[in-house]
Amino acid sequence: MSERRAGVPGLDERAERGPVRRKGVGVPASGWFDPRGRALGGFAFAVNRITGLGLVFYLYLHLAVLSLLLRGEQAWSDFLRIATSWAFLSLDVLLLFGLLYHGLNGIRVALVGTGVVPNRQKALWWSLGVIGTIALIGGALHIAGSA
Amino acid sequence: MSSTEIRTDAGGPATDRRRMRVFRFKRGDPGSHFDTFDVPVSAGTTVLEALRWIQLHRDRTLTMRHSCFHASCGTCGMEVNGREVLACVTTVANLGDTITVEPLSNIPILSDLVVDMREFYARFPDEIGITRRSEALPEASPPEGIEAFERFEDCIECGLCLAACPVSATSDDYLGPAALAAAQRLLEEPRGTDPADILAFADGPNGAWRCHAAFECTEACPSNVNPATRIMQLRSALVRGGRAAVPAEEVSRA
Repeated sequence: MSERRAGVPGLDERAERGPVRRKGVGVPASGWFDPRGRALGGFAFAVNRITGLGLVFYLYLHLAVLSLLLRGEQAWSDFLRIATSWAFLSLDVLLLFGLLYHGLNGIRVALVGTGVVPNRQKALWWSLGVIGTIALIGGALHIAGSA
Repeated sequence: MSSTEIRTDAGGPATDRRRMRVFRFKRGDPGSHFDTFDVPVSAGTTVLEALRWIQLHRDRTLTMRHSCFHASCGTCGMEVNGREVLACVTTVANLGDTITVEPLSNIPILSDLVVDMREFYARFPDEIGITRRSEALPEASPPEGIEAFERFEDCIECGLCLAACPVSATSDDYLGPAALAAAQRLLEEPRGTDPADILAFADGPNGAWRCHAAFECTEACPSNVNPATRIMQLRSALVRGGRAAVPAEEVSRA
């Protein structure tokens, strides 16, 4: 087996390289999110990444909330009063959406990305979307019932 | 002069006008900008014809690349209203009154709408051959149980897939859809190459595993290569240790 290159050859050596247009706001880090002209798969990917970032944020938020227990029963009771308000519960529905979307889209990407059903990404998105919507509505009703 | 007195480059009388916002950049410029041109068009005027009209009648310094005018050469790839297209087969009719034309993203700009395709070509596996075994003779008939031969050498190397890919948008190190689709094609028909070499080319953090399955490459591809699905098949082959590779003599049944 011959030795293979690790990436695109010649990038570093090309001193006269011209500027590169990027989508998003023009810098590479934003290039993955530019809704102009995108199709279903592109939006699915972008939302997946946004929900992923949101879930990471929630993980740390969750740990911060749990740390209230260290401050005693009163602090926790005060938090629970806020947590059962409509405004807070609506954020729970948003969290549920993020969990369902990221999880179900993860199943879709796994099935498509490992070559199990490489040609069915759109059908899978819609099918899992129906399942996710039903679960979201059911979950939202359950959350609303606890208000 | 009224619009009806102007003839478009397509030869027909102009029946309408479009405002073209065209990306401009020349080497040495401190930055890029857009120039705006009002262009007479007819129902079938393409973006490329409108740009040529600008070049011939308004600004001879406008740089673009084109050749065949029928989506075979892949040289006129650019972004029109944010979408990666071949300008020669994209009509202005449904693009709105103002049409924004930019060079392809993720590929270095040489001048105006012309990008430096060397980096795009450099991504392809070295083993890409010239002989096309699957270009079957007209009199050849598919084996029993197979509906028709399928051509897999349809890539015209236009670069639209690389420009559309959200992963290529964030990193120049990613090999990109076209190169990986070509690698998968080589697995199907090795043409004397070692499939292990092709798998080694596609494996790794900047190869097939970096794809995030956004399928924008497949949406952009004007030649139905379906690069995204090929990358998925390539991953499948990698997971199976290359067992998905089809011997050359069996490729006509692929």
